Order: sequence, then C-alpha cells, then structure tokens
Amino acid sequence: MNLPPFEHFYEEHREEIYAFLVRRLGLQRAEDAFQETFLKALRAYPNLGHGDHLRAWAYTIAGRVAIDEHRRPRADADLPELASLDGRPAFAQLEHLADELPPTERAAVVLRYGYDLDYAEIGVALGSNATAARQAASAGIRRLRRKESR
Amino acid sequence: MNAVSQELDRRFRDAAASAHLLDVAYDFVDSPIGSLFVAATDRGLCRVVYDAEPEQERERLARVFGVRILRSAKPIDPARRELDEYFDGKRHEFDLPLDVGPLADFYRRVLGELARVPYGEVVTYGQLAARVSRPRAARAVGTVMNRNPVPIVLPCHRVIGASGKLVGYGGGLERKEALLRLEGALL
Repeated sequence: MNLPPFEHFYEEHREEIYAFLVRRLGLQRAEDAFQETFLKALRAYPNLGHGDHLRAWAYTIAGRVAIDEHRRPRADADLPELASLDGRPAFAQLEHLADELPPTERAAVVLRYGYDLDYAEIGVALGSNATAARQAASAGIRRLRRKESR
Repeated sequence: MNAVSQELDRRFRDAAASAHLLDVAYDFVDSPIGSLFVAATDRGLCRVVYDAEPEQERERLARVFGVRILRSAKPIDPARRELDEYFDGKRHEFDLPLDVGPLADFYRRVLGELARVPYGEVVTYGQLAARVSRPRAARAVGTVMNRNPVPIVLPCHRVIGASGKLVGYGGGLERKEALLRLEGALL
C-alpha cells in the first residue's frame, strides 16, 4: 500500500490514539502526549516508504510517548481514569496484569488482546516479525497463567 | 467516550505548521463564487481549486510536493486575507509568493505573461500566445489556462476568445463572468 497523505493517516488514527493516551495517562496529560505523538509521526512519516501497518506504527509512537510521560513526575497530574469506563473491562484487567511482564511480551499481549492488532502488525510494532510476535504473546500469556495459578 | 476536541485538533495542526514540518498546508476559503480549496508550501501558494474533492487534491499534491499534507488554517491566512480583499473589490493585485511546482517551459512563460494582465482588462488567447512569441499557439494557451494551478490569483479569467466570447473556464463560465463583472470588465 502506498503511503497516503498525512492528513489521511491523522484522520484515521487520531481518535483511537487519543483514547489510548487517555487510558494510559489521564485526560490532562493525554493532550500534550497526543500532540507529541503526532508531531513525532509527522517528522518520521516520509521515511516510512510504504503505508503498511500504520496503525501499529502509530501505537508504537504513542506507547513510547506515554512511557516518557509516565517517567516525568508532575505535581498537577490528574489520576488516570478507570480503564473500565472506556468499555474494555477485559483490557483493564489485562493491562494491570501485563504490567509485570518483560517489555516485549507485555507489548505483544497488550497489542494483541487489548488493541486487537494482528501478529503481522505487532511484528512491525516490535521491530521483528509475525512469528516472533506470536511467540512473545503466547510466552506472555503462559507467564500470566502461571502467576494466576500461584 | 473521550474524543479529540476541536481545540486540541487545531493546536496540533498549528504546531505542525509552525514547526515547518509540512510539505503542503491547505484549507478552505469561503468566497462569493463558492468554497475554494487553497494550498501552500513554505515557499508560496501552490493551488486554488474550485469544487475540490479534498482526498483527490491531497493525492495529487502528495505526488508533486510530498506526503506531509495537513489541513491547517494559519499558513493559508495570508491567501485568505488577500482573496477576501479581492472579492470585496479592495485589492487589484495579489502579493502572494507562488510555488506551483515544476512546469514545462511553455507553461511557465504563458503563466508569467498571464500574471501581467491587469485587473479589469481582458486579452484574447491569441494575444497572450503572441506575447510568448508563439502567435499561432492560441489553442495551446487555452490548455495552459485550463490547467492554471492558481486561478483567480493568476487571472486566467481575463483571457477570452477573439470574438469577445468568454469561451471556457476551469471553474465554469458562470464564475468567469462573475469575476469579470466584479472587476468591471463586463457591463
């Protein structure tokens, strides 16, 4: 797929990326993170070369921005909203549990079961491939099951 | 459900333009002859389009100028202001820098001559052809007019047939007539 004009990419992904950032950071911090995410995307956009896996790519950037935001202490930070309010209660549990997984497994589990990306997309998001993404997700799930049964 | 507010959306679009990250910014400008799709690069105005299909225009612009295309009001404000003044009858010449992309030599010369046709006056296709030393190329001049990337600003509406008929216009003859009437070239 050819790389579409940026406006198209932005219109298509802004709402879900914003919702993702609100879940991760709360309303107030999500606004700055939203702007930063799409400015980063805009800088890197022409170098993509093709328009495949743009959704996973957007989530990857947003995920990194969210992590950076988390590390930055803020006195005025509002509490993140309850994730169960966004209509994904299963994901709320998952994200909490997945917090303790190694980073690659965590990303694979969250992108697969939280955001419903397929393994090819997750592979791109992780900088590997579909097979590695599937392995990371199932390793993560096994680890969660072990933890649950303890 | 939390949605991206208009304010947040506008802030991002402004920031993208201020950081000079866009190949092309565009917006719609209201006018008495309909909404105009107006696009600009950092170097100047690149398109004015009647009855635009935004998606199609963006694709075309991407092929010429690059994929970083975003609707953003601020970079279009200078053109908006001058077009408003023009339609109010207060402006007879545009001071906007142009960046219309690569053009064949003949196109460049014809559009250069077109830019010199004054407000309120008309020339014929043949006269314009003669001014670029191609007196028999009236028809080719018509083609250039039809593909004018920045109508109104480059005044292809001031070019008419030898018989005095308006002949044709990319935006439709009604618009050509309206523009000439505005300029007092038609009674």
